Amino acid sequence: MNIINFTPISAFVGGSLIGFAAFLFFVFNGRIAGVSSIASNTIIKNENRLDNILFLSGLIIGPIIYSLSGNEIESVLTNSLPLLISGGLLVGFGTKIGNGCTSGHGVCGISRFSLRSIIATITFIITGVITVLIFGI
Amino acid sequence: MTKLSSLIAGIIFGIGLTISGMVNPQKVLGFLNIFDSWDPSLMFVMIGAILIFSPLHFIFKRKSRPIFAKNFVVPTKKNIDKNLIIGAVMFGAGWGLAGLCPGPAISSLSFLNTNVYLFVIFMFLGFYLGNFIKLGNN
Repeated sequence: MNIINFTPISAFVGGSLIGFAAFLFFVFNGRIAGVSSIASNTIIKNENRLDNILFLSGLIIGPIIYSLSGNEIESVLTNSLPLLISGGLLVGFGTKIGNGCTSGHGVCGISRFSLRSIIATITFIITGVITVLIFGI
Repeated sequence: MTKLSSLIAGIIFGIGLTISGMVNPQKVLGFLNIFDSWDPSLMFVMIGAILIFSPLHFIFKRKSRPIFAKNFVVPTKKNIDKNLIIGAVMFGAGWGLAGLCPGPAISSLSFLNTNVYLFVIFMFLGFYLGNFIKLGNN
């Protein structure tokens, strides 16, 4: 194993902003900023639908503000249709069944010392590592 | 007022995902590529987020109610059940295939890339099917 592309400072700063956004959503709305729940509830529940849509709109506006302030955003996504389709389905289905994703379990759940979230996070990281080991990058 | 705070929280969250590099699937896959060439950055994203959210949330949880909403709504489930584990396994597999999880996938819609739209459409189909299956279990 060798370490490449490691950007600890931007990762930590960006992560802190994510934590601060989750804190605002908690203190003002009383809710947990788990993106899979917020996104799936827009198509499943009437309750807080507009709040959820506005939060998701904010997620889309964020990168636009960042690039308008003159910063480059690097993003490389696979072109493979089978990977995009199976990836999307598994991410949607899995986070719905498992009640959370990287934000809901990985950030908010661990912050709340939830055993469910700690176990879910360890599980999806290990499965992700195995998947990359098998299918490559 | 919860609408305003939802939008602002979403924007800050989206800027955080962008600065941290998590909107780049290649970087996320680099984190999962532990046994070859490893990029540990995602770990620092989680540490940064937890160090901010955890203490602040514990301090404000003692308030009787949130500033704009009537009450705090936090997950109450405690048991480690099949849904949690199977769901996390499936999510991890999908995450490892495309390098996108729900937050960065939604943020990436701003890049006007057809492949992102495809991923997000199937992610929402997955939400819908998952909800259907889980209801069946109850």
